[in-house]
Amino acid sequence: MIAWTIYLTFGGAALLLFMPRTFARWIALATAAAGFAISLASLFCDEIDPAHFSTIARAPWVPMLGMEYHLAVDGISLTLALVTGLTAVSAVLFSWDVDHRPNEFFFWLLLVVGGSYGVFLSADLFLLFLFYELVIVPKYFLIAIWGSTNKEYGAMKLTLYSFFGGALVFIGIIAAYANAGSLDLQQLAQFQFTPQLQSWAFPVLFLGFAVLAGIWPLHTWAPTGHVAAPTAGSMLLAGIVMKLGAYGSLRVAMNLFPEGFHLWSKWIAVLAVIGIVYAAGVALRQRDLKFVIGYSSVSHMGFVLLGLATANAFGVGGAVLQMFSHGVIAALLFAVAGRMIYRRTHTRDLDDLSCLNLSRALPFAAFCFVIASAASMGIPGFSGFAAEITILIGAWKAYPMAVWITGAGMVLVAAFTLRALKKSFFADAASNVPAPQGHAPLDPDSNEQAAITTAEKLGAGLLMFATLAVGLYPKLLLDRILPAVESMRFLK
Amino acid sequence: MNYLELLKLAAPEAVVAVTALVVLALGLARGRVAGICSAAAAAGLLFAMAAVVMLPPNATLFGGMHVITPLTSLFKTICLTLAFFTVILARSDRSARNQGEYLALLLLATIGLMLLVGSEELLMIFIGLELTGLSLYVMAGFDKTDPRSAEAGLKYFLFGSTASAFTLFGLSLVYGMCGTTGLAAIGGKLDAIPVQPLLAAGIVMTLIGFAFKIAAAPFHLWAPDAYQGAPVASAAFIASGSKVASFVVLGKIVLVGFAPAQGSAAWHGLIAGWAPVLAALAALSIVVGNLVALAQSNVRRLLAYSAVAHAGYTLLGLVAGGRDGFGATLFYTTVYAFTLVGAFGVVALVRRETGGDDLTHFRALRSRSPLLAGCMAIFMLSLAGLPPLAGFFGKFYLFSAALRTGANHGLLWLVALALFGSLISLYYYLAVLKAIFVEEPSPATTQLLNDPRPTRTSPSSDFLERISLAVLALVVLFLGVLPGGLVTLIVGALP
Repeated sequence: MIAWTIYLTFGGAALLLFMPRTFARWIALATAAAGFAISLASLFCDEIDPAHFSTIARAPWVPMLGMEYHLAVDGISLTLALVTGLTAVSAVLFSWDVDHRPNEFFFWLLLVVGGSYGVFLSADLFLLFLFYELVIVPKYFLIAIWGSTNKEYGAMKLTLYSFFGGALVFIGIIAAYANAGSLDLQQLAQFQFTPQLQSWAFPVLFLGFAVLAGIWPLHTWAPTGHVAAPTAGSMLLAGIVMKLGAYGSLRVAMNLFPEGFHLWSKWIAVLAVIGIVYAAGVALRQRDLKFVIGYSSVSHMGFVLLGLATANAFGVGGAVLQMFSHGVIAALLFAVAGRMIYRRTHTRDLDDLSCLNLSRALPFAAFCFVIASAASMGIPGFSGFAAEITILIGAWKAYPMAVWITGAGMVLVAAFTLRALKKSFFADAASNVPAPQGHAPLDPDSNEQAAITTAEKLGAGLLMFATLAVGLYPKLLLDRILPAVESMRFLK
Repeated sequence: MNYLELLKLAAPEAVVAVTALVVLALGLARGRVAGICSAAAAAGLLFAMAAVVMLPPNATLFGGMHVITPLTSLFKTICLTLAFFTVILARSDRSARNQGEYLALLLLATIGLMLLVGSEELLMIFIGLELTGLSLYVMAGFDKTDPRSAEAGLKYFLFGSTASAFTLFGLSLVYGMCGTTGLAAIGGKLDAIPVQPLLAAGIVMTLIGFAFKIAAAPFHLWAPDAYQGAPVASAAFIASGSKVASFVVLGKIVLVGFAPAQGSAAWHGLIAGWAPVLAALAALSIVVGNLVALAQSNVRRLLAYSAVAHAGYTLLGLVAGGRDGFGATLFYTTVYAFTLVGAFGVVALVRRETGGDDLTHFRALRSRSPLLAGCMAIFMLSLAGLPPLAGFFGKFYLFSAALRTGANHGLLWLVALALFGSLISLYYYLAVLKAIFVEEPSPATTQLLNDPRPTRTSPSSDFLERISLAVLALVVLFLGVLPGGLVTLIVGALP
């Protein structure tokens, strides 16, 4: 059933090309909601065995080269399909006001979503790579056409980084293919590659995927890309696309080349910890609210990589949970910054925002941002806490030193989040400093534009509910993630 | 063997030759005969395709001078299809005055391609090369009103004839050593002869001629001017049909004729032979083509340099050798040819509307013609190797074939270089798409389009071109989603 997420999403995208523009957003919403409903239903479906990567669709494709159309699902795929659906629905809701070429906008948006479903469900290496590369170009157009701040630069940088990562992945994949003679992930996960091959193919493949997960020092596409992208673009980038990289690292690189992984895992941990601390430090100095969130994404994805590097069930399971959690939280943060604030004030400069007295003008936005910040800082009760504590437990077993440094990094995360929160919404300097020209304080009663629309409330409510639900009851996802992780062969 | 038998086996070539004469005669008639000429040429090509289908699966005439195998039939059909699309493209050219002559030349070039594809004998291959070459030289310089076209023709001719001289000299050396001109016989003789300087000179000189044909660096210098200056249809045919046939023949020559002298281009196991030569050509083409294409502002010139890079990628399969590598090369070059004909088709229509083919003329094409913009997006992204388009699968096939050969992934260096080249290429293909989808129209173009000049043809008159471009775009998309059919055809046809 979950395979239909892919077909419906691409079908919806194709339909958009032939429909009048008035229907565009409704079609997009219906498609995204259908995908979300299917992935949610699959989460509670008893027929799916979360512990094993079990086939759900299979057909010969290019038999001459051993390629198959082969989809499979386990607990990890389910979790990530769920976050894809969730982010997709809220991204469409937060782009309800797109008037400029809406058909094309939602077309590219749905291609990103559909490609992501495809990556998470593929059980054939070529198919996975096809979906993985399919996501690249839609991102370019989303940013270059509908973006803001320096959009063409940001779009091209992001595209070239993605494609660079893709080229490394390509080498790793054909190396695996050439040696094992198969592209089937289930078979490859049993195949014993020679240690000599693993020692070079693993870092190539892992790094290729990790570029998209924002690994330091190849993370620089993320902040510029997130800032340049339209709101829905940032939400998809942070919410889904960065997960594609992390998922590929886990499902393909680590699972295919376990010995190579063990050889290199400590270096991954080093890069991950540097990423966490460095990005948090950089975020502390940003003036543009979206840059703050962009760097916080890199920092949070550092946790994912650290969790993966621990090579134990807790760490890796926590990493998957963090992928879900960060997807939801980052989407919410970008929605508030890009749609709720920027579309109304036309500024994201923290100093300008601090003069606008936004918490009075946009109380709902302030509420959302407080929730998202709390979740982002890892306050207990939100998904961020559940995920990060699981990762740190896992890391404690593998790299105690990393936990100490990461702890310091978390203080930095709290610091920049609180700084952004205070400056953007709760600055009491408003009465003393005159508002900059063109940015008159918003009056909630008289300004039609300023009112938060129902679509925004729905989208934000959905995301907030998700982070709270998983934060209060992480077992919901962990029960599905941990069995899947425990059946992987790289665990020590 | 009687003549009737012979005529049966050479029926496709004969049909095209008769069509060429008929079209030439029709062109002599007074009045506006351009449309009739095109229709006659297209019909002739369709007949020839039908004749190819009716050929027996296997036959050999005159000791390999004319060979019929599933492979030759497949590629004859492909060459005829490319010629068919070129005929449709040629309708939109300004040089319609002498349409009959132009189409006759195109058909003669097609015969040359068919002879090339269908021959396993050095002399016949050379005749095919020359017939194609001479027709294409004239086609490149056909637009008498445009000095650029004359320049294109002259450059193409000078480079081409020099390269032909090299090839002929190389072939004569090979003949001198082996005493035969049949490819299979040469392969047998070379088995006994170790690689020695004279043979090396013969092989290298032969390869130079083909490197020129496929526009591999450093023998690519004619390509940018020819692609940019020649009439669009000529450029499209030079870039597609001529290239496909050259790769088929090159593959046969090196993999059948020179098979014993293959050598190896592996990183730590370099062995003298033609493989290292082709690997060097490939590496140089990838680097030069991609880097120079970055700096181009004219779309046709950009396509020319990207063609150099693609020649480099395609050579990878031949360097790898074997059935796998040859199959990958043939698949890639076929896909590339269809993509490029389509891309040139879009260029032709844009040129007719705006009077030029610089990047600025493509600005905001999306709002003028969503169909053309969508087709161009498919062609460019396929060239860049992005899914779900044919170029993506082609690259995967090609690079995995190259990596599979030899112990220890000796060709990894070449594959990595090619992937790095694709990364660069994405930038300039996106530059074209950026002009089409992102940028606003330039003032000059807007003015031009708003100015109702009498010379501008109405949009309805290029209906046929648009349909054929849409068909090509669908073919590229289809071959990307379901490449299995063509792969099976090609690999099945390989001996």
